[in-house]
Amino acid sequence: MSNQTILEVKNLKVSFDVASEGDMPWTKAKKLQAVNNISFSLNAGETLGVVGESGCGKSTLARAIVKMVPAESGEVVWLGQDLLELSNSETRPYRKQIQMIFQDPLASLNPRMNIGEIIAEPLRTHYPKTPESDVQARVSDVMDKVGLHDNLMNRYPHEFSGGQCQRIGIARALILKPKLVICDEPVSALDVSIQAQVVNLLMDLQEEMDLALIFIAHDLSVVKHISTKIMVLYLGNMVELANSDDIYKSPSHPYTQALISAVPIPDPSVEKNKDLILIEGDLPSPINPPSGCVFRTRCQKAQEVCANEMPEFKSKGQDHSVACHFHD
Amino acid sequence: MSLIEVKNLKVEFETADGIVSAVNNVNFSIDEGKILAIVGESGSGKSQTVFGMTGLLDHNGRATGSVKFEGEEILNLSNQKLNQIRAEKISMIFQDPMTSLNPYVRVSEQMTEVLIYHKNVSKSDALKQSISMLDAVRIPDANNRIRMYPHEFSGGMRQRVMIAMSLLCRPKLLIADEPTTALDVTVQAQIMKLLTDLQKDFGMSIILITHDLGVVAGSSDDMLVMYGGEIMEIGKTENIFSTPTHPYTQGLMSAVPRLDDSEERLITIPGNPPNMMKAPEGCPFSPRCNFAIDTCSSKSAALLKVNDNDHLRACHVAKELIS
Repeated sequence: MSNQTILEVKNLKVSFDVASEGDMPWTKAKKLQAVNNISFSLNAGETLGVVGESGCGKSTLARAIVKMVPAESGEVVWLGQDLLELSNSETRPYRKQIQMIFQDPLASLNPRMNIGEIIAEPLRTHYPKTPESDVQARVSDVMDKVGLHDNLMNRYPHEFSGGQCQRIGIARALILKPKLVICDEPVSALDVSIQAQVVNLLMDLQEEMDLALIFIAHDLSVVKHISTKIMVLYLGNMVELANSDDIYKSPSHPYTQALISAVPIPDPSVEKNKDLILIEGDLPSPINPPSGCVFRTRCQKAQEVCANEMPEFKSKGQDHSVACHFHD
Repeated sequence: MSLIEVKNLKVEFETADGIVSAVNNVNFSIDEGKILAIVGESGSGKSQTVFGMTGLLDHNGRATGSVKFEGEEILNLSNQKLNQIRAEKISMIFQDPMTSLNPYVRVSEQMTEVLIYHKNVSKSDALKQSISMLDAVRIPDANNRIRMYPHEFSGGMRQRVMIAMSLLCRPKLLIADEPTTALDVTVQAQIMKLLTDLQKDFGMSIILITHDLGVVAGSSDDMLVMYGGEIMEIGKTENIFSTPTHPYTQGLMSAVPRLDDSEERLITIPGNPPNMMKAPEGCPFSPRCNFAIDTCSSKSAALLKVNDNDHLRACHVAKELIS
């Protein structure tokens, strides 16, 4: 595994303009800060897990990295080149190095294309001059890699189960031999026995192809299993970033602590006796986020300073950073 | 005496492609004040089992067997009688609270309706009781919030409203069909805590349908593992987790990553869940089972005692051989 940094995201911000109910046409739209000041770096062959509740900006972050949503400010540096500075046509050569896998395996496959065409599409788009025999060879090669028999090539997506569809999605992402694959909730829609198959497949392929992964999921146990480091998001802000073992063994941010304690452990003797840190209430509206620290409205440690000052995201040593005034 | 006793329950659907049997010979019972978890993957028949029990099957479905509630047969009763039982003695909450609440009607009206119809109380009394029930499920400012519409609540709050509504008539049995699947973990923890607290306060029994083994471990007394419409293993939650004796249960448990453990690779169950349109012969799990012998693919296994602790399993292979 090389230790070369391939992706560096610096102060990435994404916002959306939203009109609220009852607004007049001339009312100025409100700004929804979906992703706020996110910075991280990723080495080749590494996996960054991104966790957080729904609406915390996980998917928006992923989409902003591949420029599916425009970023407001910040930098996405891919092998020394800031992708956000480039025009769409200039970005194109970089797209084959960064691919994506989506949550709903069936919805992300075109129902009117057979899976041979689906898997070959990125290859035909990015290398239109590839001879047809090479395309077929590459398709059956990549299908073999994800555990699909190549005689299924002429079938259509609806003929496959959820787990198989996700394998097709993975094959499509891998055919260009990318360096980074962004997986947006790739296993959330799958049954547990199938989920384990897909997680193992991703880890095997990562080793084989020296892939870097950004793995987005709300299931902390799966994320911890697959990731080298984990970023915890809350309302678009980074609250903690650390190695995956550290974050489980010594979570520093009160939100991370609550999140970890809320994950049920499949063992009655542990689960029935654990100290649950319940966080009260619901996620505040991102249109009108709390002042200062975004988590303070649900935080047990919150004090006056939390309402006035946004805590800095700073290192507490050993690749462990946290944004809290009173972290452990 | 057990509160509900299910014997040889079968659920079949008549479809254009022939008869699909979704649930096959399911037997179990629940004692008063206990929580039974039904675990299984999608299509295993866990929801259809309870739909069959309570007469909520689709029009092409048919349930046979026997379901005794407090000693009385309730399977395939007339809708009129079932409607009475379903609200007053057995109530249900579903996975997606937004689709179970009427978006056009205020929560107050949806809640009081239940009491006015079933308990014959006055409107103002019904409102009072509804508000105190919303208090019981810890909805802040229940007095005012009861007048809101469902969309004005968040997902977790809506599920609380559903729970409150289902408890209005003080049912003996609450059926919770994947109550936390659509919710975030932190909210899931709140709702599960609430459900187990209320269960103790009201002394009711719960059938908890879920695919999340963590949730099962945290809250249930007994559990039942289903696969392909059949019970694979049933017993006390502690016993099944400590010594799973069915290959499917074992596979399921090792396929889930644990937060408090770091294993290199997950152990997977090969293959895919069965297509119930053409269910496999014999034991439904046999095509994916590592221990399968010849009998497995021809004869279905009976649910037999493992030991004296009410722990039953349906497997042809001796339990000493699988581990």
